[in-house]
Amino acid sequence: MNAFMATLSRDLLIARREGGESLLAVIFFVLGAMLFPLGVGPEGKLLALMAAGVIWVMALLATLLALDRLFQADWRDGTLELMALAPDSLTLVVAAKCLAHWLVTGLPMVIAAPVMALLLNLPPEGWPPLLAALLIGSPALSFIGAICAALIVGARRGGVLMTLLALPLYIPTLIFGAGAVQAAIGGFDPSAHLAALGAITLAAIALCPWAAAAALRQAME
Amino acid sequence: MPILDVQDLACRRGGRILFAGLDFSLSEGDAALALGRNGAGKSSLLRVLAGLIPPFTGSIRWNGEDVRREPYEFRSAMRYVGHADGLQTNLTVIQNLHYWAALYRASTSRDALEQALAAVGLDELADLPARMLSAGQRRRLALARPIATQPGGLWLLDEPTVALDRPSIVKIEAAITAFRAGGGIVIASTNAPLTLPNAQEIDVAAAIPSPEDAFGDAFEDALL
Repeated sequence: MNAFMATLSRDLLIARREGGESLLAVIFFVLGAMLFPLGVGPEGKLLALMAAGVIWVMALLATLLALDRLFQADWRDGTLELMALAPDSLTLVVAAKCLAHWLVTGLPMVIAAPVMALLLNLPPEGWPPLLAALLIGSPALSFIGAICAALIVGARRGGVLMTLLALPLYIPTLIFGAGAVQAAIGGFDPSAHLAALGAITLAAIALCPWAAAAALRQAME
Repeated sequence: MPILDVQDLACRRGGRILFAGLDFSLSEGDAALALGRNGAGKSSLLRVLAGLIPPFTGSIRWNGEDVRREPYEFRSAMRYVGHADGLQTNLTVIQNLHYWAALYRASTSRDALEQALAAVGLDELADLPARMLSAGQRRRLALARPIATQPGGLWLLDEPTVALDRPSIVKIEAAITAFRAGGGIVIASTNAPLTLPNAQEIDVAAAIPSPEDAFGDAFEDALL
């Protein structure tokens, strides 16, 4: 078993042991979106207009919720040093941690998205592109966020700092993710938006683990 | 032919030189004890050797290769036990060990892991969550890691016997002796009782830098 598989199964095992803690992000995702109909009023047309944007913004915020713990616990207890000293590259370990983070927070959000589409009165033609966009785009949130999580390792009050670092980097994902749904509702083909989202995610998967690993090595010096 | 060869090693932390001009070399089966008062740089020496801190000057060679240029072979051979025990407290004792064995490409069979736990006297607690362990038991689990991930060539042990009782220290010493008998090299830093027969002593505190070195740029700045 190599470093990637070992770390992936370890992090998933920890998430299962922690049980409810890893579901907090999804619960936040759903509860946050539920506040909008209560705040804006039950005006169907208005909610339908906002639905895609609200769901995507909530997805960004919910991803951030669990992200500051991505490396913090391992750094504090010394595990990260041992990961860095393993024969395999730290980049592989970081990539596995990002994937585990996505499986625990991103994937459940994709599964919960139809509930929110229903709550926010999203038109039926917007549903398939919403699910496709979340599925394609949400891995980028975990991978890009990992750089920010790595940069704040060891910083006091790092959670707030990480949010400020990550949110601007999430803007392209947000634009194309919400854009795909809006295009489909407006009667256009959303595939261009989805292709752009796919490109962002692939670039994030390829580049972010390197950057995060470099930031972690710096933090350990 | 020494396996580990350290030449003119210096370490700089926070703008201050901790030690400089450290030379030593170790062959198969050798051991070394890093000595020095608190803050002399014993832990930093081990961190530099492990590759967590880049050396300020000097070279570390493993089998004749510079470890910074050829890290893979060195990292495959090196096992570091730092101050922090590196335990994930939500996992059980054996799950913690299983991960390390997998990460270091060692055998992950339950038998092999239980053998390593037995070597530090934790085999009966294999399925207990690590958060239930006492400080000494945590230390022993940390020390089971290099034992479980053999074959290694070099153990770097930072204060291995902190919080350990006498019978546990004897067990650790036995594990170290067995490792050395198989050709392994051990470098330990310690202020606590730990007996390593025929160990070379590395006096970190004696590798005192000259004032210019110690204060570095700050010294020059003060003169200018």
